Amino acid sequence: MIPTIPTSRAFRLTYGAYVALFFLYLALPLTVVAVFAFNDSQFPSLPWDGFTWAWFFGTERPQIGVFHERGILRAVGTSAFVAGCVAVLSVAVGTTNAFLFNRYEFRGKGLLYVLMLLPLVIPGIVLGISILIFSSTLANGIWDLAQMDIQALRPGLLLVILGQFSFITTIATLVISARLQKFDRTLEEAALNLGADRLTAVRTITLPFLAPAMVGAVVVAFLMSFENFNTTLMLVGSDAPLTIAMFDRLKEGSTPLLNAVSLLLMLGSSLLALLVILFQRRP
Amino acid sequence: MRSQSRIAFYLLLTPLVLWLGLLIVIPHIDMLLISLRERISFGVYDRSLLQYEKALTEPLYLRTFARTAVMSILATAITLIIAFPVAYYIAKMAKGRLQQVLFLLCLIPFYVSELVRTFGWMILLRETGIVSNLLQWTGLADQPVELLYTDATMMVGLVYTSMLFMVVPLVTTLESLDDSVIEAGYDLGGNGFSVLREIIIPHAMPGIVSGCIVVFMLSLGNYLTPTMLGGKDSLWFTEMIYNQFIVRSNWELGAAFGFMLLVLSSVIVWGMLALTGRTLKETMG
Repeated sequence: MIPTIPTSRAFRLTYGAYVALFFLYLALPLTVVAVFAFNDSQFPSLPWDGFTWAWFFGTERPQIGVFHERGILRAVGTSAFVAGCVAVLSVAVGTTNAFLFNRYEFRGKGLLYVLMLLPLVIPGIVLGISILIFSSTLANGIWDLAQMDIQALRPGLLLVILGQFSFITTIATLVISARLQKFDRTLEEAALNLGADRLTAVRTITLPFLAPAMVGAVVVAFLMSFENFNTTLMLVGSDAPLTIAMFDRLKEGSTPLLNAVSLLLMLGSSLLALLVILFQRRP
Repeated sequence: MRSQSRIAFYLLLTPLVLWLGLLIVIPHIDMLLISLRERISFGVYDRSLLQYEKALTEPLYLRTFARTAVMSILATAITLIIAFPVAYYIAKMAKGRLQQVLFLLCLIPFYVSELVRTFGWMILLRETGIVSNLLQWTGLADQPVELLYTDATMMVGLVYTSMLFMVVPLVTTLESLDDSVIEAGYDLGGNGFSVLREIIIPHAMPGIVSGCIVVFMLSLGNYLTPTMLGGKDSLWFTEMIYNQFIVRSNWELGAAFGFMLLVLSSVIVWGMLALTGRTLKETMG
């Protein structure tokens, strides 16, 4: 079953058709979402009532476009803020983790490494509720001790950020570790021989080497945070990020406005992904 | 130098310990403790196994738990069966540019939020949707057909959502299989089936295991797909956790459910690893 082994024509055709069908299956839902963003109707479904840009730029009811819909714009802002915080935090901790596991031998290293991987195999919703429970235990404890009500420990943006950070850090650690393992340590030693202290050597030699992986991890973390649903659902307060805001609207019935938002999301994330690929191609 | 290195070590260790301690280990211990208590009156609690007793004796809870487990395993199996030929095609049959393009095409849907993907399936399958209209147009149905809110629809969505996490590890392991090994298999008198069974599948095992683990985890922990595509009867365990926490505010029972889900997923992941003699570190790291 490789090109050098002769197979019957019928087999090759069936196989090719199967793969084509598979890609149709992959493309279908996304294509449909994109196309109906331009339907001049109240519903993202047939019949097709003609082409319109109103769901993007419309200013009058009932067709208020994405760019004039306050609720959606605010949710996009919230999501971007959360994703930015999560990306910076998780890449920072991911980098220190990578150095720790790459450079040091210590007792309990194996155990810590497995613990570090665990967030990937804990269901997102369980991560969410465990953090919800612990933060509320903390908040209640502080109230009992000092009669202080710490609002930050109640469901809201801080908890959303911490919840997403708790598992995205694992991914950042893995991405950065993979690159650090390829680093030639004699380069760092050469810098030390030339009179640099350890911090300078790491800053001027190792970190620039890691930069592509760190940029990649920032983008991956940003996208994962932007799209996260399960963990966010359990920790969200009154400021809803985009996925939650869209979910609430979808439950009430949808208009092509949601298609327009979705199309912009697809374009945005493809653009980011493309940027990473281009950035990593650079020698 | 030594003491400087020690300081650096502790500086690097601190964020890791804070992260894992405060956000993973302690919250889960707290969750276990909450699930092991019973509310006596306002602010007064007692240690008890009541929540687990409730969870294990109430038929609805138990049935949902079992259903979620079985359906997740089924979704994993279906994903593997659909993905394997495609991954093989990308890794072994397609060459050069076509191979790269196909691989990238596999990734694209997953840069988009799960919500958007689910929304796409709703547009396709609802009563006024594309498929229903197509069926009427071709004469296969004489009235609008509701294809949403069944187990089959939910399965379509679950498989779609986690496809990438099966295809990527499979392509990676299959690519490392040398063509000459397959040729040797044929030269020694094997046919397509025996080569697949004796050479290709054993070689792809690491990819199969890590793909299956991730897909299983994603299906088990999925909330959106069962909620949006599944029917009234296809309650998912995550929906019950959400209901106890957010709708009923019964955190004790919700925590017990959360812990059951965690145990279930650990047992199955551990079982898959044990069955194939691999470790978590090899599979995920």
